[in-house]
Amino acid sequence: MGKRIILGAVAILLVIAAAYASFYVAPEERTMGPIQRIFYFHVGSAWAGLLAFFVCFIGNLMYVWKREPKYDWLGVAGAEVGLVFTTVVLITGPIWAHPVWGIWWTWDARLTSTLVLWLLYVSYLLLRTLVEEPGRRALLSALFGIFAFIDVPLVFGAIRWWRTQHPSPVIMGGPGSGLDPTMRKVLFFSGLAMCVLMAFLIVERYALEKMRSEVDILKREAEAQ
Amino acid sequence: MTALRIPPTGLRFENIDKRYGGLFALRRVSFEIAPGECVVLAGRNGSGKTTLLRIAAQIVKPTAGKLSFPGVGSPPSASGRPGYVAHATMVYDELTAEENLLLFAKLQDVENPAARAEELLREVGLIERRDSLVRTFSRGMRQRMAIARALIHGPSVLLFDEPATGLDPPGIAWLANSLRELHRAGCTVLMSLHGESEISALATRAVQLDAGSVVADTKFGASLHSILTFGSAGATP
Amino acid sequence: MSLLSNTAILLGKELRTEFRSRELLTTTAVFILIVLVLFSFEINPGTEEAREFAPGLLWLAILFASSLMFQSCFLREQTNDTLSSLRLAVSDPFAIFLAKLIANTLFLLLTELLMLPFFAIFYNIPLWSKLPVLILVLFVGSLGISIVGTAISAISAQARMRELLLPLLLLPLLTPVLVVSSLVTASLLDREPIVQWKGIGFLAVFDLIFLTALWLFGEYLLEE
Repeated sequence: MGKRIILGAVAILLVIAAAYASFYVAPEERTMGPIQRIFYFHVGSAWAGLLAFFVCFIGNLMYVWKREPKYDWLGVAGAEVGLVFTTVVLITGPIWAHPVWGIWWTWDARLTSTLVLWLLYVSYLLLRTLVEEPGRRALLSALFGIFAFIDVPLVFGAIRWWRTQHPSPVIMGGPGSGLDPTMRKVLFFSGLAMCVLMAFLIVERYALEKMRSEVDILKREAEAQ
Repeated sequence: MTALRIPPTGLRFENIDKRYGGLFALRRVSFEIAPGECVVLAGRNGSGKTTLLRIAAQIVKPTAGKLSFPGVGSPPSASGRPGYVAHATMVYDELTAEENLLLFAKLQDVENPAARAEELLREVGLIERRDSLVRTFSRGMRQRMAIARALIHGPSVLLFDEPATGLDPPGIAWLANSLRELHRAGCTVLMSLHGESEISALATRAVQLDAGSVVADTKFGASLHSILTFGSAGATP
Repeated sequence: MSLLSNTAILLGKELRTEFRSRELLTTTAVFILIVLVLFSFEINPGTEEAREFAPGLLWLAILFASSLMFQSCFLREQTNDTLSSLRLAVSDPFAIFLAKLIANTLFLLLTELLMLPFFAIFYNIPLWSKLPVLILVLFVGSLGISIVGTAISAISAQARMRELLLPLLLLPLLTPVLVVSSLVTASLLDREPIVQWKGIGFLAVFDLIFLTALWLFGEYLLEE
């Protein structure tokens, strides 16, 4: 329990520090102005989200192999936390795009892929609500989760190719645009903060799922009497 | 009736557990059936009979414990698996009786599948309807179809889950007769039944399940009659 | 009994069942037709811009139709619990999937070919000269749709609200197929047609990846 509190405290401190760095340490971007600072949260959240989904994937693989409920708890924790960070990415993208481009959504390759990613894991969670028996639910969602994760690189690849055929404005500059060294440092620090926050949230969600699962078992046993 | 393709084997359950969520459908079930025995599995609804039979059929994997077929070694491949008859017929409504049997015969590597399918259709009395879609069959005919499917590969272990359900008296008489012949041919039979009947009279042994555990076994002195009529628990192993 | 011979036998069963009733083929074909007609109200068919959108609409129609088509795939094995007897009878459970996905690919391809003349007429797009490559693209795309669709059908058959759940699970997974197939088809049917072999290669890789995943994990999809 103590470790969890420390992790939480560290996460919050890092996030606050990253926010400070984004606003005060990083230099202002030449053309876009202050709104560009959201970039640090946007990219940091994207990394944290993908990492969370990777944790879900590992949980899914382990569950199919070992069939221990704890891996199912890890899977759902990873999926939900990943979805939270992905939602942040999908919100900060348009927040940035609107002042800069005048439109909310540009169907930028990475953002569009992130939207599909979001849909995939929403479906994962939806599947879970539609299977009653815990063992079945764990197995079926683990298998779908595995399919979803291996689809991720294919989604990103396909949409990137789509955009090379039909170019459109790229949010936050394409791969060609260089990053000032200070900006790069703030970016990595921000990414680190987001990932630590992600780890903390997964730990908490895992603990919650563990408790829920135990209550559920007690309930079923009581009903069976 | 039907020649066995493999030598008779027994059936052994060792500490079988089956959990669904937090609930135990089966709890430390252990008993062994010798080759050629005809065993009745008795118990109330929900006592775990169907689950145990499905585990024996290898359709369901136990959460813990081991299923083995003494005399065969490792779990048999498709052509050596037990014959399983359950509530559902497990045949295709949209295929004819003959097509169904041919399908399963070919999948399980049966020699001369066409001849074997015909032989079985004759034995279960469905030869006249060989070209009819199973969809058109009555309940009794479907049951016979299910039995033909289960026997197509000449198994030496047979698993029946309440085989008399929905059968009229002539149907039950036919089933009892078929079971008698199969038993005589050396098949090992495990069947779940309710109450005493022409079919339970064939049993050489009975095991009673309650809430997923074995509570009585005639092998250890319990009375067949009391097990079949859910009497007080008899002698337990 | 080898995987291939088991698959062949099961494939025979799938084909025989379908060609006896032809329910799946007719309903899927009519559905694609309806979608193509409805789409034409949204764009100006026959104009130049319609020609740009048309290939994408064709693939959208195919995707939606497939999410209907796969409903029955494993549900029909539940009516009499034939899934259990199949699992008992085959030595490698992958044969069950392989037979179904080959059958589904064939059915999908057949309905697509049936719909091509209508597509060409409604959207005023000459297809004849590019037919061989077009069929190749339809095949590689449909194979991917079938592989994933067969797997998802096995999952949704075990859940509640399966009719709604299947498209929800299937369509996001198939985004790469939709995107790439539409692009390749559009390039192919352009005024100056180009064959995008890179795209076709991508689809083949997609198919291979999911086929491998199905091979590795399929038996767990059938567990009880």
